[in-house]
Amino acid sequence: MIVGQQKPFDEIWAMVRVHRRLTVFGCNTCVAVCHQGGNKEAEILASLLRMRAVQEGVEMDIAHGGIERQCEHPFFESAHELLEGSEAVLSMACGIGVQFVAEKYASTPVYPALNTTFLGDVKTDWHFTEKCQACGDCILGLTGGVCPVTRCCKRLFNGPCGGSSKGKCELSKELDCAWQLVVDRLEALGKLDDYEKITPIKDWSKDRAGGPRSFKLEGF
Amino acid sequence: MAETKTGSKLEKVLRSGVMAVTSECGPPRSSDPSHIIAKGNIIKNHVDAINITDNQTSVTRLCSLAACIHLKLQGLEPVLQMVCRDRNRIAIQADILGAASFGINNVLCLSGDHQSFGDHPKAQNVFDLDSMQLIQTVRHMRDEGRFLSGDEIKVPPSLFVGAAANPFADPFKIRVPRLAKKVACGAEFIQTQCVYNLDKFELWMKGVVDRGLHEKVFIMAGITPMRSVGMAKYMARAVPGMDVPDELVKRLSGVPKDKQAEEGLTIAVEAIQRLKEVKGLAGFHIMAIEWEEKVPEIVERAGLYPRPVIQ
Repeated sequence: MIVGQQKPFDEIWAMVRVHRRLTVFGCNTCVAVCHQGGNKEAEILASLLRMRAVQEGVEMDIAHGGIERQCEHPFFESAHELLEGSEAVLSMACGIGVQFVAEKYASTPVYPALNTTFLGDVKTDWHFTEKCQACGDCILGLTGGVCPVTRCCKRLFNGPCGGSSKGKCELSKELDCAWQLVVDRLEALGKLDDYEKITPIKDWSKDRAGGPRSFKLEGF
Repeated sequence: MAETKTGSKLEKVLRSGVMAVTSECGPPRSSDPSHIIAKGNIIKNHVDAINITDNQTSVTRLCSLAACIHLKLQGLEPVLQMVCRDRNRIAIQADILGAASFGINNVLCLSGDHQSFGDHPKAQNVFDLDSMQLIQTVRHMRDEGRFLSGDEIKVPPSLFVGAAANPFADPFKIRVPRLAKKVACGAEFIQTQCVYNLDKFELWMKGVVDRGLHEKVFIMAGITPMRSVGMAKYMARAVPGMDVPDELVKRLSGVPKDKQAEEGLTIAVEAIQRLKEVKGLAGFHIMAIEWEEKVPEIVERAGLYPRPVIQ
């Protein structure tokens, strides 16, 4: 899922303080799982902004609401009236949702309440870790199901580098060395000899490098 | 391994069967080249080639290629260190041609330290290729006379291709297979991480020889003299992938502060003398960090002087 983290409150306030009617708008799927941008978090953030407005003597009418997903048209039906009547929207969605709202409401300023941080998993209710960079050309089949593009700090396709120490990355003792994990997995699978297969130079045109990506279903 | 493939002096020395000696110099954080030229001239008669580091530890410096050109213009034999951190395949191939156009004949292919260790931790990193793929790239350009795109290079670069190896990083079990992989990619010489744990290095070399890799690639052991017990402790604690045994730290601690540098040089000389006997080892890469003036003394005391004269 997509993981995001709320921006510092002062940064959010600085973006929205010029408006007189603001809607704080939650996105209740991915970013709700990580407790950052769901409808509940939208309600809390709206309260905090109201308090700040009072403290600074700013007259501001702050509403809150939310939908299940800010990246698909059908979900917006229930919130259309709220958004149409807003002078500005503070979207609690990931960058996809923020842009989707901006595209739908062409003359309404939309601000991001979150920094979209990564595509990750839910290790526990409170711990989320990056697992995929959507590089467009998956090699997990070669690397024992461990992604070196995402999990190796140098995205080495033929690692590990000389900084791997006791299973950890040279960047931090908190960070697993991705290539230690690859080697461990290959060994567990009885395929350690596969380590010596050379992963060829990657086609990065399928990644961000090739420009914004899209695809269409034929005959749908 | 007698027939040479490039115009490299380092290649000629290694293929002649003589123990080769290389050293390295770090370029200045300035546009004034006089310092690196002076460093090169201090050591030129005691080494076969001089590596020029490429923004080592991710600290921005005068570029490796320009520093190599300065040495080449002095008649010295530079080894162009090239990291994958800062350049994509377009820039890498362009720099290789640029180096070759100045008659630079050696390249050392590295991944590069992560930028978070340097002076620009907020920088983007590139890693379009990794170090193995960089080795393949240089060999492809040289041997096939083509760019990675397949387009022809009318006058291909003539570079002797090196790589690094760290026998002390984890997991140890893949450290020989990892070398085999670099050899399969086309590495012709290897310069290792600084060797302080001689027992572990000899164990790694045994694995190298058992697989016959020493017959396919020239392995040069990395030697870095300690200037003080503080440096030894720092390297043991803070430098990733460095194996500094406690005994070495103790030995330096047992010497008065003003004699520690001398003791560090002696330890380096003793390491070379012991490792000279290791089967499969082809030479030494002496990295005297900001202490280049001591390289001649180490080379002489270790019995590696005079250097062979190559026509």
